Amino acid sequence: MASLGDLERSVMDLLWDSAEPLTANDLRDDLAALGADAKELAVTTVLTVLARLEKKGLVERERSTRPHRYAACSSREDHTVGLLNEALGTAQDREAVLARFIGGITADEAASLRAILDSVKSA
Amino acid sequence: MLLTSYFLAALAIALAWPTPLALSKAKWITRAPVQAVLLWQAIALGGGLSMIGSMLVWGLSPLGDNLISALHAGWRLLMGDPQVQYPGVVHLFALSTAFLFGFHLVLTLIRAAWRTSRQRAKHRQLLRLLSNPSETRPNTLVIDHDMPVAYCVPGISRSVTVLSRGLLTQLTPEEQQAVITHERSHLDQRHDLLILAFTAWNEALPWLPTSKLALEAVRQLIEMLADDKALEQVNRQTLLKAIVTVATAAAVDDASMIKSSSNAELVGMPGGEVSSRRLQRLLSPETALNKLARFLVLASTVLLLACPTILLVAPTLLAW
Repeated sequence: MASLGDLERSVMDLLWDSAEPLTANDLRDDLAALGADAKELAVTTVLTVLARLEKKGLVERERSTRPHRYAACSSREDHTVGLLNEALGTAQDREAVLARFIGGITADEAASLRAILDSVKSA
Repeated sequence: MLLTSYFLAALAIALAWPTPLALSKAKWITRAPVQAVLLWQAIALGGGLSMIGSMLVWGLSPLGDNLISALHAGWRLLMGDPQVQYPGVVHLFALSTAFLFGFHLVLTLIRAAWRTSRQRAKHRQLLRLLSNPSETRPNTLVIDHDMPVAYCVPGISRSVTVLSRGLLTQLTPEEQQAVITHERSHLDQRHDLLILAFTAWNEALPWLPTSKLALEAVRQLIEMLADDKALEQVNRQTLLKAIVTVATAAAVDDASMIKSSSNAELVGMPGGEVSSRRLQRLLSPETALNKLARFLVLASTVLLLACPTILLVAPTLLAW
């Protein structure tokens, strides 16, 4: 039995790759098709995972239909950009969270440095 | 006791203003970053200790000849013992300030630690959804994005290095090695804890301009430390090329950095100059500080911590 964390990832991958919202039943079938260890997966487990993802703000629920249908709030690319923004310190108040490779180097400095390195190379 | 409190107050003032100012301008720090980081910690700790200590000792001075007996008398006073002489409102004010200030510092640190760990947990959660473990490197995750990015997410048990696909495609293997060694040394040397402490210090004392200076200085110094580790594996040229590739890509993608560079033009900063001391020392290597100078720095580091501690805890000294 896969852990909830692994299931969260599989569910998000399915929702990101799907063109339209999916029901918990759809997701259970897709998960079962993905791997043998998911064959005993109950719909309630999928619903638990979806509830967790919804609480984290990753998944939206369409309540107008029965059964409810679920979709990813924003695309995989948007989330990746968000992560990278945090990593680059563009997001506010994140300085102490991550250590960055290029901490504190401005665009000007990067350009000057490139010029210096180029001149060394051509010399 | 009075003399002790005056001495501690003088030390607190020296460590709050002139010393950090001088150290932030000192030229030698790029030649001995390890010692410089230690000295900054001693200044911050010694400063806080003597600031609180001076108020505590002065506030308690009417109650006894040394800290232990004075604290004991203070406790009896709190319990309503009529034999203890009331120390007067000014001394009580100093005492409460000392306690409040101590609480303030500790609480700010706890709050900063809690906030940081929550943000990291959130970041890790997203990483679990968006990254894949590297096939060749341990404790390394790869994000699927073209921009060359490398960073690390520190944690008590599971620290990870995160690399982007762009970094792996745009950097040569040696350059990747430079970046990864740099990141790993941030994790191995627990630089995140240093930054956390100095961030909290800066947050607790925003009115103290030198707390910002200290944070900036420590930030630059840990980069130098990590660079030095990387230089054990690759040469300067390789490390510099890696920095340039990563920094250029980040600057183009980063609106706030573009803004800050146009500000620099407005103020009239000379263009085409590398002002960061971290880069300067990579471009023109300096010899490490000699043994005697390094020893002197270490000795003053120890003194800065030992002075307030000994004055506070040694009862016979406090009988002055």
